[in-house]
Amino acid sequence: MTGSTVAQLEDAVKRYGAVTALDGVDLRVRRGELLALLGVNGAGKTTAVSLLLGLQRPDEGRAELFGLDPQSLDARRRIGVMLQDATLQAVLRVDELIRLTSSYYPQPLPLQEVARRAGIEELLPRRYGKLSGGQKRRVQFALAICGDPEILFLDEPTVGLDHGARTAMWKSLRELVARGCSIVLTTHYLEEAEALADRVTVLARGRIVAEGSVDEIRAHVAQRRIRCVSALSADALRSWPEITQVRNEGERLEIVSDEIEAVLRRMLAADPQLRELEVRRAGLAEAFVEITTDAEARTERKEAA
Amino acid sequence: MDTVLMMSSARVAHAWLTEAKYEFLRLLRTPSFALPTILFPSMFYILFGVLLNGGSRRGYDAAAHLLASYSAFGVMAPSLFGFGVVVAMEREHGLLTLKRALPMPPGAYLLAKMLMAMLFAAIVTLLLMALAFAFGHVRMPPGNWIALLTTAVLGVLPFCAIGLFIGTRVGAQGAPAVVNLIYLPMSFLSGLWIPLQFLPKFLQQIAPLWPAYHLGQIALSVSGQDGDHRTALHAAVLAGFSLAFFALAQRRLRRAG
Repeated sequence: MTGSTVAQLEDAVKRYGAVTALDGVDLRVRRGELLALLGVNGAGKTTAVSLLLGLQRPDEGRAELFGLDPQSLDARRRIGVMLQDATLQAVLRVDELIRLTSSYYPQPLPLQEVARRAGIEELLPRRYGKLSGGQKRRVQFALAICGDPEILFLDEPTVGLDHGARTAMWKSLRELVARGCSIVLTTHYLEEAEALADRVTVLARGRIVAEGSVDEIRAHVAQRRIRCVSALSADALRSWPEITQVRNEGERLEIVSDEIEAVLRRMLAADPQLRELEVRRAGLAEAFVEITTDAEARTERKEAA
Repeated sequence: MDTVLMMSSARVAHAWLTEAKYEFLRLLRTPSFALPTILFPSMFYILFGVLLNGGSRRGYDAAAHLLASYSAFGVMAPSLFGFGVVVAMEREHGLLTLKRALPMPPGAYLLAKMLMAMLFAAIVTLLLMALAFAFGHVRMPPGNWIALLTTAVLGVLPFCAIGLFIGTRVGAQGAPAVVNLIYLPMSFLSGLWIPLQFLPKFLQQIAPLWPAYHLGQIALSVSGQDGDHRTALHAAVLAGFSLAFFALAQRRLRRAG
């Protein structure tokens, strides 16, 4: 079931001294969806999450969790949290940390179930301080889900995880969403948003610069790219008006253009030996770079004017 | 489906106790905290109360006197370090922020640390009492032993509040130094190491400024030593210190977190 709003920011403004970290942001998290918050460092992602968590109050506008004040205990009993840099008690064992966090919730999951979902069964008797960075992240994830939350806030959850652990966490996140849990995820890994998100919100300088499904965000970028091996030189190609960018990658060329079909026809005509041809639409990464640079440029123009 | 989940009061009490239990376990497993906290007062007692004890003179019975003053001294370490250093660390390392986002019952954080400090204070005092009884040949009516233990356990409160205040002000790096700078000189100036009557007149006169002095006086009085027996006054001063520093710390916690 989607539709009903579980968390929202309404025209939220947050300032730190002279810096405006959030500048009128509207954000809605619906039940059972995974919302990815993207943005470069300092774009306002962490501020948006801390307003939703009630760690800070908006200077203007509103923040709500389940229609309640995010600081209220009733609201917080329905959430799970994984923050980016929280150092847990190093001398406690993993099972003890889970029991402690579980004790805050009205109906926590059984310990073994939490361990299974987070993939940390074998870590339970170990002291937290003795774990590797990736293992610590998985334990923090276990603490986030132990209260069987209706909404989960994850700040860069897969930083420091190896490939296997990251895939396992993605699987757990998909299972949670399938059960109707909402997730707010901030991430630097665009492929993570691409793989998981129902919706993406891109922040730049405290404002939302794009939002929509992954496909909608990707569609912001008309550019596509060609990779091929060709006798044509990069310098010759740069003089073609349709081409935005040319790069040499070993023996391959990478060509970026808004009018990819026209470029292709011209290249195939000019070089009958052209081989190993690939045409790719922009990924979220390219879209993200374009959206944020556009936003920066607009702001700078505005400031200059 | 919107289910409003209620926490029964039994479940909230369980959360408080769990928090306290793990706070205690955690400090017990931190040797740099647990060992000096538990062993220093006992070591001092063996040295000055038993081995170097010159016996009673001028109505001063070293074994009984030092039992009372080292109990007061022993109470300060778990409270000042357990709050001052630990809160500073948890504030700086993000654990306090995480706990504020989690549905930890209000007060559980401070209550757990307070119970932990009380438990450590009880252990320190019981150890001192065992040494005093076995090797210092201290004999008191049962009521005095109980009163001294109670004084020690309740005596953590003003130092918890002072520790909390330090923890909300100072960074994790500086907190141990700040706590030591307060804890050690204050113990000396309050007559907890060397009885006040052996200190210069000036130091005797300013002693009432230090909260540790008032706790020391109560400890001496309840164990039948030469305290001034104005227990109610000293208790009131300690309550004042507790409330003042707690209020200052709360203001700070609410603002910064």
